[in-house]
Amino acid sequence: MTGIHRDEMLGLICGGVALALLSLLPLLTEGFYLSFGVNLVLYAALSTAWSLFSGPTRFVSLASAAFFGIGTYSVALWLDALPFVVLIAIAALASAALAALIGAATLRLSGVYFVIFTLGLTELIRQIVSWSQSRFAHKMGLYVFTDFTEGDLYWMLLALTAATFSVGWLINRSRLGFALRIIGDDETVARHVGIATARAKIVLFMISGAFAGIAGAIMAPRYAYIEPQAAFNPMISFMVVIMALLGGTRRLWGPLVGVVPFTVVMELIAARFPNESLIVVGIAFLAIVYVLPSGVTGRIECLRERLRRSLGTGVDAPGCGKIEGRA
Amino acid sequence: MQILVTGTLLGGTYALIALGLTLQYGAARIMNLANGETLVAACFVAFWLFSRLGVNPILGMVIIAPAALVLNWLIYAWLLRPLVRRAKNRGMLEVDSILATFGLLFLFQGLMLLTFGGAYFNYKFLAEPFSILGTPYALNRVVAFVAGVLVSSLLYLFLYHTRQGAAVRAIAVDPASAQLVAIDVSRTAGFSFALGGALTACGGTLLSTFYTFNASMGVLFTMKALIIVIMGGVGDIRGATLAAFILGLSETAVASLIDPGLTLAATYALFILVLLFRPQGILRRGAA
Amino acid sequence: MLRRTFNALLISAVVFGTAGGIASAEETLKIGVSAPKTGVQSGGAAAVYWPNVQLWVHDLNQKGGIKVDGKQLKIDLVEYDDKSSPEEAVKNIQRLATVDKVDFIISPYTTGINLATAPLIARYGYPQLVATGNANDLRAFIKQWPNSFWLLGKASDLSTGIVGTLKTLRDKGQVGNKVALAYVAEALGLEMIDSAKPAFKEAGFDIVYETSYPIGTQDLSPVISGAKAAKPDAFVAYSYPPDSFALTEQAQIQAFDVNAFYVGVGGALTGYGQRFGKQAEGILSMGGINPDDQAYKSYRESHKKVTGQDTDYWAGAVVYASLEVLAQAIEKAGKERAAVVKAIKSGTFDTVIGKVSFEDNVVKKLWTVGQWRGGVFQGVNGLSVEGAKEPVKKPAWN
Repeated sequence: MTGIHRDEMLGLICGGVALALLSLLPLLTEGFYLSFGVNLVLYAALSTAWSLFSGPTRFVSLASAAFFGIGTYSVALWLDALPFVVLIAIAALASAALAALIGAATLRLSGVYFVIFTLGLTELIRQIVSWSQSRFAHKMGLYVFTDFTEGDLYWMLLALTAATFSVGWLINRSRLGFALRIIGDDETVARHVGIATARAKIVLFMISGAFAGIAGAIMAPRYAYIEPQAAFNPMISFMVVIMALLGGTRRLWGPLVGVVPFTVVMELIAARFPNESLIVVGIAFLAIVYVLPSGVTGRIECLRERLRRSLGTGVDAPGCGKIEGRA
Repeated sequence: MQILVTGTLLGGTYALIALGLTLQYGAARIMNLANGETLVAACFVAFWLFSRLGVNPILGMVIIAPAALVLNWLIYAWLLRPLVRRAKNRGMLEVDSILATFGLLFLFQGLMLLTFGGAYFNYKFLAEPFSILGTPYALNRVVAFVAGVLVSSLLYLFLYHTRQGAAVRAIAVDPASAQLVAIDVSRTAGFSFALGGALTACGGTLLSTFYTFNASMGVLFTMKALIIVIMGGVGDIRGATLAAFILGLSETAVASLIDPGLTLAATYALFILVLLFRPQGILRRGAA
Repeated sequence: MLRRTFNALLISAVVFGTAGGIASAEETLKIGVSAPKTGVQSGGAAAVYWPNVQLWVHDLNQKGGIKVDGKQLKIDLVEYDDKSSPEEAVKNIQRLATVDKVDFIISPYTTGINLATAPLIARYGYPQLVATGNANDLRAFIKQWPNSFWLLGKASDLSTGIVGTLKTLRDKGQVGNKVALAYVAEALGLEMIDSAKPAFKEAGFDIVYETSYPIGTQDLSPVISGAKAAKPDAFVAYSYPPDSFALTEQAQIQAFDVNAFYVGVGGALTGYGQRFGKQAEGILSMGGINPDDQAYKSYRESHKKVTGQDTDYWAGAVVYASLEVLAQAIEKAGKERAAVVKAIKSGTFDTVIGKVSFEDNVVKKLWTVGQWRGGVFQGVNGLSVEGAKEPVKKPAWN
């Protein structure tokens, strides 16, 4: 490990200050803005967790909903028997175990097969949960009534996001992160230089899955009534991917840059166009694809690069100008 | 026996749902998530033609299929071709097309909600018993099955016995090499996409005779189609058809012999097994 | 070129998004509503929920508004889409309560969403008149949220209605003892089957076939052929709209003749009667109404006139009635939420489904089973309802 860079120090301080400021929100409001805050921080945690794995490896996973649902169910099933902290640990472990299974099973798959596999697996889990509930429990909904206020949930999610970030940062600085970046660039090369690609990927996927599972566990009290349809909602997976891609996955803070504008715009649309929201969302979506092909961070870096170039310093950013010209 | 026939009929339905996407994804390389919306839109048009103008859905296909062809060609030309041009490799196009068609999914669904509302629709067409080996089956399903077989045989003939069809197959295998043998890849891809859309619309028209549908149901069909396409092997028409029948038969078998509650679980389990052991598709040999 | 177009679209979307919503000077009564316009539940909501909200607002504003503290106030409706997700619903309720600061909230659609939002609605003290959800364990909920009122009764009230009807038919010697059961593997189906099975057994019925199927399945011929093979006298399905249609069509095609054929939600839709026409004769389903009642008749007419679609013979009228209860309670007690809750608790209200009053926050008078007769869905069973017809044996499919 190398020493901490000055830029990183600055980032760390900024992050700390932002975290402190954000944690004040529940003291200021109890109403809609707090609910919206919960929503925003939830997706910040999920998207960051997602890009921990999918960013460097470039494997697009649609299993977020599976981890999330498992977390939710861990809480719903044993709420009366065990303290909440233990439940969160169970959620993390169960999700990590699932991630290990997926990882072990899908080593040979790549590209779109992995995408579809994770989607199919989430649906399979949901179907099995529905069926076993109808068969053995004879009811679909599980009630989760706790004394947590929305502020508590918000704080927990914020802490989770911060934890995700720290872990991501540590990974980036570690040998594992280096190995992963090589895998993402070229898996064959990675294998040739002696990286245990399989193990690295599985470990990372487990970490990523565990965080998503914890997010699900924290959200269970908010749902109050847990059904497979809501807990394993595939829309969660889609939203996570889209926000992360919008932000850009090359930087740790990339997803965050996507989550904030996306949730805000979605919220505005939902509030102003309750009847036409889908149409507006669709158009906004297409706009993102055509105007921001490499995400907000990619765009920012592009602009920065161009600025530097026009000043006559810095090196050419490959591919940057090309996309511009053609889009 | 009854399981076999019911399963085969269901398989025919699934083939109808999936054939369009096979072409769109296999040949045009567009993972079209809005495929199900095309299908539901066709259901709506068929419903409207039938209930307002009294047009028989089978005849309605004569109007719906060309309309879908033109519409999908326009979508490809306007929205997707720029993505194909800017993509540096297949992976990038995949991500871009998934995102773009996801946007289209919302857009189409929103338009349908606005026009037809969110309510359930269905209509009565040939809902009468048709006896096969002494057991009654729904005539509309049998008709849809026959029409489906007809449409896919035509597609097969086209792909394997015409020049244009050979071009489509060529770009499905390798767009770069196809260019070398003087195939206009961009035009052929656009055509495959449009043809895929038309096939999906035919499927929707036939499905509307026995399914209850509403504007939000497209995603369900897309999922089914996706599973079948991947199981069959991307771009493999025969593989996809076979996969559709395997699914239809196994779902019916599970529902009849084990528990109807597990039908969808069986679908996904089967799908995951295929992905694990034959990721290149059930019919293809070697690694993809 | 393309980029410029999209930029323009994006900008105009943002401009539209931030502008608008200019409040009128006139004093109004702000009512908030959040329910699915998209997602899995949108089909049902479009049939029984949204048109009735629309009709109610129209009716009240037509007659000059609602009388609050001596003033006639028009209704100003603020509506949001919950996308069939509890997450969105919670956010919407928060927004209605704290940003829009609405005076009252129309309770959301479906059991799950009503339960997910109940803690919030209770915290802000709004009355929650649940017209589209129920459960078996209502007493616990009411203890926790004393502002919630349940217009569909307990799940067991609804699910065992058909047991009573079958008993009546059996006493008349029109149906035997063997029952085949099917249910959708989702909240409603499971709550129903849970309470129905013991009731069937207690009534001496013999369950010869039982199965669940996943929600969204429309290929149900295995269910019907399985049931048929068990040779039952009655078929009972706790199903949802698309599957209610599919089950009926399959039964008809496979000539699955039973003396009593019952489907769950969806069978009381006017569209169901139209779709099956003469074949619908004698089919039993969840819900019911007294279609000859004058109040219902005129409600049905104005529903058609205002919304352009037919109302159903059950839930639609209940939703409308829940809104009538809300309006009458507000007229009685004013804008004060706690006072309105109290007024609902103790009052009796005149609605399209007759006189409505609550006993421990649950309606004790409700329709449970209806039967198609000559193209009209007649209530045949219920708890202390008036105008129930005698159920009859279902004729063979023709």
